[in-house]
Amino acid sequence: MSKNITAKNLNVYYGDFLAVEGINVEIAKKSVTAFIGPSGCGKTTFLRTLNRMHEVLPGARVEGQLFLDDDDIYGPGVDPVTVRAMVGMVFQRPNPFPTMSIRENVLAGYKLNGARLSRSQADDVVEGALRGANLWNEVKDRLDKPGSGLSGGQQQRLCIARTVAVKPDVILMDEPCSALDPISTLAIEDLIAELKQEYTIVIVTHNMQQAARVSEKTAFFNIAGTGKPGKMIEYDDTSVIFNNPSNEQTERYVSGKFG
Amino acid sequence: MTPDESQTSVKTSQDTRAGRKAAKKASSDQNNLVSKDKAGAGVDRGFALLAKFAGIFILIILAFVAIFLTYNSFEAIYREDEGLVIGRFLSYAWPLIVGTLTVSIIALCISAPVAVGVALYISHYAPPRLSKSIGYVIDLLAAIPSVVYGAWGMVFLSGYLANFYVWVHEWFSWIPLFAGTPSATGRTVFTASVVLSVMILPIITSVAREIFIQTPKLHEEAALALGATRWEMIKMAVFPFARAGIISGIMLGLGRALGETMAVVMVLSAGSFTWSIISSGNNTIPAEIARNFGETGDGTERWHQLIAIGLVLFIITLIVNMVARWIVSRNKEFSGAN
Repeated sequence: MSKNITAKNLNVYYGDFLAVEGINVEIAKKSVTAFIGPSGCGKTTFLRTLNRMHEVLPGARVEGQLFLDDDDIYGPGVDPVTVRAMVGMVFQRPNPFPTMSIRENVLAGYKLNGARLSRSQADDVVEGALRGANLWNEVKDRLDKPGSGLSGGQQQRLCIARTVAVKPDVILMDEPCSALDPISTLAIEDLIAELKQEYTIVIVTHNMQQAARVSEKTAFFNIAGTGKPGKMIEYDDTSVIFNNPSNEQTERYVSGKFG
Repeated sequence: MTPDESQTSVKTSQDTRAGRKAAKKASSDQNNLVSKDKAGAGVDRGFALLAKFAGIFILIILAFVAIFLTYNSFEAIYREDEGLVIGRFLSYAWPLIVGTLTVSIIALCISAPVAVGVALYISHYAPPRLSKSIGYVIDLLAAIPSVVYGAWGMVFLSGYLANFYVWVHEWFSWIPLFAGTPSATGRTVFTASVVLSVMILPIITSVAREIFIQTPKLHEEAALALGATRWEMIKMAVFPFARAGIISGIMLGLGRALGETMAVVMVLSAGSFTWSIISSGNNTIPAEIARNFGETGDGTERWHQLIAIGLVLFIITLIVNMVARWIVSRNKEFSGAN
């Protein structure tokens, strides 16, 4: 399962402060889309509105519409819990639940649906998710050990496995490699390439080479100055953004003149 | 002080001595580094000494209390004229021990769930402004003197609970705890427990609240992003993280309940042992000591018994603390502290 994402005139506010303004974007299913831009330009904020995680902060709200295929996730009566079960998220720092074993971590989200699993069904889910996250061979002998005992890169893949286990339609990644070493980063990037066969993936990254390597489409965000809202400046095929951008700001950013 | 620390401090003082010697030698060579910061080193050593003394001081006080209790307890079980009288002491002590534990445990059963609920409301549910004022009110509860609680329990609460006891007795008298004649004044073990539960509520609440607030945002968001509701998030991220903190809060509360004297003296109309918690009767160790200590002649058997029962309370509290530590340290691998 995988879904298209469409944002229409989306504004994000923190209280009275307009953080992100006027986003219009269409993200195709089974693709990888990268958000790049300088710090504080609203790319993470926008990413978090895609599964309503911004609502964790008091006073954060959204105007406009955001469709998963044909359903507005900000429509009246929509429970953010439902949205988050369909749109998974991987965070900047790996965050497996420290009190749970590797196995329990993978099943954590799955159990939320209230599904009663037999032992063998649970084993299948665990194995499937860990294989899907390229982690199975490394951890299959220590599934009952705590997830926090793994290396940073393995923890991040465990978090991806946990996300994949609930079979979402979209996976959001918020700088998933920024706390990882280059080898673990490579492992995650390989994994992203595999995951896009099944899922719509949106990734925020500060690493422009990474955006160029993993994504098909890239959106460049920028901010006019402190206190001004962030905007999506340009959205196009990754090759166009990096080689032949139409906007001058994008050109200056990708060529390393600022940011 | 651990052997490790003492070793380092010895080493430092040797270092400074060696440094001074070198300074004398090198003064002709004009090495400015050697003679620098002598005053600072003195303060450093002075502070280390002070800290060491403070640490030892606590141990000395504790030792004095323990020695005093043990020394004076001895004659409660051994009389020069009669020999060993352990049986007599035990038959005196056990109702008090059971009474103390009953009152404390009932207080804890009432207080702990409420305290955890209040703490959760403050940390995760209430809007920021409201949570601040609720926290303030809860802390105020801790500032009320126990005499006042005692008066409140004696005059106000017991009257209301007396009617409740009649009702409970009517329907549940087949349970031994509710079997005896309900007290007309309502000044029973259960009333004392209710008063104690209010007294320990702020301790457990503030410890639990502190620890709930410290739950890493990272783990809360991980749970939410998987599609957890707020309650599921609390079960997945907050409780596992706060488990040790909740237990230590509860143990702190239990410690206070076990040792609380004045409120129990005032609320409970003490008497001989009974299993019923709605009849008058029973007593707790601290209340027993407080009621009788002043009226008992020094050196009588009764006097020694009172000291000995105090030692028993000391040991119970010690065991409670050790069990709490053991529970907290169990499963360290999964604690998230790494």
